[in-house]
Amino acid sequence: MQRIAIAGLGALLVAFLALPIIALFGTLSLSDMQVGLQRSLVWPALRLSVLTTLCSLVFVISLGTPLAWTLADRRGRFSGMIETVMQLPIVIPPAVAGVAMLLAFGRRGLMAGLLYPRGESVSFTTAAVIMAEVFVSAPFYVQAAISAFRRIDPRWITVAKTFGASELQVLFRVALPLSAPALVAGAAMSWARALGEFGATLMFAGNLEGRTQTLPLAIYTALESDMRAAQALAIVLVVFAFGLLLLIRSSAQSSEDRTR
Amino acid sequence: MSLFARISARIGSLQLDAEIAAESGPLVLIGPNGAGKTSLLSVLLGARSHDRARIVIGDTVLVDSERRIALPIGARRLGYVPQDYALFPHMTVRENVEFAMRAAGIPSAGALNVLQELGVAGLADRRPMALSGGEKQRVALARALSVRPRALLLDEPLAALDVHARREVRQLLAATLQRLALPTLIVTHDPLDARVLGTRIAALEGGKITQIGSWAELDAAPATHFVAEFVRSSEVG
Repeated sequence: MQRIAIAGLGALLVAFLALPIIALFGTLSLSDMQVGLQRSLVWPALRLSVLTTLCSLVFVISLGTPLAWTLADRRGRFSGMIETVMQLPIVIPPAVAGVAMLLAFGRRGLMAGLLYPRGESVSFTTAAVIMAEVFVSAPFYVQAAISAFRRIDPRWITVAKTFGASELQVLFRVALPLSAPALVAGAAMSWARALGEFGATLMFAGNLEGRTQTLPLAIYTALESDMRAAQALAIVLVVFAFGLLLLIRSSAQSSEDRTR
Repeated sequence: MSLFARISARIGSLQLDAEIAAESGPLVLIGPNGAGKTSLLSVLLGARSHDRARIVIGDTVLVDSERRIALPIGARRLGYVPQDYALFPHMTVRENVEFAMRAAGIPSAGALNVLQELGVAGLADRRPMALSGGEKQRVALARALSVRPRALLLDEPLAALDVHARREVRQLLAATLQRLALPTLIVTHDPLDARVLGTRIAALEGGKITQIGSWAELDAAPATHFVAEFVRSSEVG
């Protein structure tokens, strides 16, 4: 009896989380979806979202992997501090991130003198969208990569080094292949976060169709005039995010199989 | 060739002060859990730092803190077979050996020959997951030997095997080590391993060497309670 009561409380939460998703899919007919997807703001936003999130993913992986490898060692005096700071973007509100990005990289920001000697700035351009996405999504990948590297049996690393393997050989031939599934999961998580990014993008990059209007911003814009378009876009985003979630789960599973 | 090592190192709360020498035939290192056996291996390998040390193999000085010599881990050329063998699971047997040889700057075309010498060439295209414990042990030994090491360090080489496999693999290992005639250090918990594999046996307790001698010497006059128990348990087993 008590068991049923406890499970019942859990079921309430499941219902609360599931209902909006059901509403999203259930209240739109197929023809409405088709009409919604034909709105002019849809395809530029979709194209921009794919382009910018792929770019930010490339940045996050190519800079985040070396960072995670360095921090996973725990050797440096500041590594613990850096690790904590790296997690900050996860907890600070996106609006705050937007203000912070403007203050750092905006036209009158901290770096303006260095970055924009001729006055034009990166804010309100597609590059700003990518920067905002990197800012909010990098911690997810870096954190996953750090824990993946720490899970590698240190004997594998020691053995490789006794052969004379260089740091790069250890990283590319031993560490990366062994943690590949966990890295893929981390990258997917980071991608999902970048795809959903709204607040920081709106403040730092604005909402310009074709240049800075990504899917979430297009949904917000469409909501004011055409609910169907907003809903159709939302469904596209949910389906894509669900695909990423499946990828994360299957990668996490094979990661467990691989590192004993 | 001989291996000589005198090591002082602080490892956690343990102060390690040990002097060992392996000349003709393997030296077996025994001792209770936490006595510093694996730590001693790590310092020898260069995977852990030391306070003061002198490590010499034949004429080659690997470490001499008085002369400020300390070769990095990759330049010591020690053949290391860790507990559970640590074969790379994402590489086949042949790729494991080829990786080692390439990292050591040796042409990897000879990988199959190395496997052949230990009688495991037939396993070349298998993944470590598909090997028995005894096979893994031989592949790990082949991989360690492929880099033409100056000495061999084996950490619990038989601990991962079940009782039946153990006896057979022990005999094979003893024969192989005799044929190789490399300075060899073996860490083990098992009295039978120590007796069969070791020409000499060193007991490490609380970071200090408490006795070194042949099995017969340890048996006749054990210096500590631990050594007495260790020797006696082999007779029971």
